[in-house]
Amino acid sequence: MLLKRKMLLLGLLATAFSVLFLFWDIGTAFGYVFPRRLVKVAAIILTGSCIAFSTVIFQTITNNRILTPSLIGLDSLYMLIQTAIVFVFGGRQLAMMENRFHFVLSVGLMVLFALLLFRLVFRMEQRNIYFLLLIGIICGTFFSSISSFMQMLIDPNEFSIVQDSMFASFNNVNDDLLGISAIIMILTGVYAFPMLKYLNVMALGQDQAVNLGIPYNKIVRRWLIIIAVLVSVSTALVGPITFLGLLVANVAHQLFQTYRHSYLIIGAVLISIITLAGGQFIVEHLFTFSIPISVIVNFVGGVYFLYLLLKENRSW
Amino acid sequence: MVEVKHVSKTYGSKKVIENLSVDIQPGKITSFIGSNGAGKSTLLSMLSRLISKDEGQVLLHGRDIHSIKPNDLAKELSILKQSNHIDLRIQVRDLISFGRFPYSQGRLTKEDWVEINKAIHYMELEEIQERYIDELSGGQLQRAYIAMIIAQDTDYVMLDEPLNNLDMKHSVQIMKSLRKMVEEMGKTAVIVIHDINFASCYSDRIVALKHGEIVREGPTEEMINSEMLKEVYDMDIPVQLINGERICLHFK
Ligand SMILES: Nc1ncnc2c1ncn2[C@@H]1O[C@H](COP(=O)(O)OP(=O)(O)OP(=O)(O)O)[C@@H](O)[C@H]1O
Ligand SMILES: [Mg+2]
Repeated sequence: MLLKRKMLLLGLLATAFSVLFLFWDIGTAFGYVFPRRLVKVAAIILTGSCIAFSTVIFQTITNNRILTPSLIGLDSLYMLIQTAIVFVFGGRQLAMMENRFHFVLSVGLMVLFALLLFRLVFRMEQRNIYFLLLIGIICGTFFSSISSFMQMLIDPNEFSIVQDSMFASFNNVNDDLLGISAIIMILTGVYAFPMLKYLNVMALGQDQAVNLGIPYNKIVRRWLIIIAVLVSVSTALVGPITFLGLLVANVAHQLFQTYRHSYLIIGAVLISIITLAGGQFIVEHLFTFSIPISVIVNFVGGVYFLYLLLKENRSW
Repeated sequence: MVEVKHVSKTYGSKKVIENLSVDIQPGKITSFIGSNGAGKSTLLSMLSRLISKDEGQVLLHGRDIHSIKPNDLAKELSILKQSNHIDLRIQVRDLISFGRFPYSQGRLTKEDWVEINKAIHYMELEEIQERYIDELSGGQLQRAYIAMIIAQDTDYVMLDEPLNNLDMKHSVQIMKSLRKMVEEMGKTAVIVIHDINFASCYSDRIVALKHGEIVREGPTEEMINSEMLKEVYDMDIPVQLINGERICLHFK
């Protein structure tokens, strides 16, 4: 079948890019370079999967192909947390902070915020997902404004430390954090697994999903929690890559032209790995680390979106 | 039997349905009629748990529909809304196959496919079953959705303006298949319908709504007359018996 062949091709490409990234120009210092590259590839696979999975599902729940989960304010909250640490304790503190502690603090705060937001919105009379987005965007803007305000007040040298965390980067991923992230992801995956069968039906819209016997509100709430956890973990691990999810989810839809989430999700994950591994390769070998990967991802994503818009493709 | 007990619905400060009670008799076609904004769709959506109600209860076989497990309810009662636009790359056949979700949770069995093919045949969709839904006309899409509801095979079938977008031939086809489902399989249909003559020719009971309240209800023969029409639509409409059917002449 055509879809299977496309998937195979993506799988091969993802493997090829990862291998290329691992071994290209590895030189004589194999024992030093290889483990470090391995950590990066692992981080690429973890975050790539988290972001692709959560964006595809978020778009299905909202029945909207131009939304991304970071719209509920998680990225801005992450920036606020980093800025606040520097603001209160100084830049050295952020750099020296025990990695695990910092990670748990960031993930914890982001998930907590998401839970509070969901609780607030779902308790309201007007319980719908667009209302959730609206409140999320307002919170996000609020967080960004406070961050900007604090950034204005801190010392320019310290600001550059904050600035580093504004862009996603795989260059200094910490290997202790990979383990925790992987465990959180696997647990989340186990929790999510029984709900995967609902996704195809949810894509038909809320009314059809209810008609077909899905406990809609409960399932949506659970998915949102899963999405919040995954986005928080990947953000805390490498930093915000807002555009990646939007890019890979749309390419997956475009490429597979199907409603089946088995293809869409796996496809998006592979595309995400291809993009990140390719992007990281370019960052390291073409630009010799002079630009962060999120710049490349956003550039490619932006061009792709322009293309979509120009084509006036009504199928997204 | 489905019993609606004292339901109310308010949007903002606007009472859309007020303290409304009605019994849906099993094994019959019941038509909800009334002018635009009378509250027909709202009532149907509350009946079928698509929207919440502010007050009151809907009972299916004596049980509150919210106390029934969603998946079990989906095998008893199905609902198709007035408009169903989605942006999804899906073939007609696959769309119809979703009607089996309550039974097989997405893993379609042989029996499921039998039901799906029956539904396709019923709605005469064989020729377009491989087409993608974004390539269909409005009426073809409507028929595909109705086929999905047929594949769902529930005792209670609720359709909000099922004749939306359909030509004469297919309107008649759908009304005839509804009658067949009611008579041969003992199903119960509740429809919202604007074409008063379809309501007159095919339904057993008529419930007339106005400003969120029932103004009249009863068997079709007792309902279709100029006096009722005047009350519901504020129009003077003569009714004539043609070939044994009560036909309303509302065009002039
Ligand atoms: N989501 C909503 N928010 C606010 N008001 C609503 C909403 N849905 C319906 N209404 C209002 O409730 C009233 C009844 O609407 P409903 O859709 O039930 O009418 P209807 O009888 O189905 O009309 P039509 O024949 O045009 O389909 C209308 O006045 C409508 O404006
Ligand atoms: Mg209506």
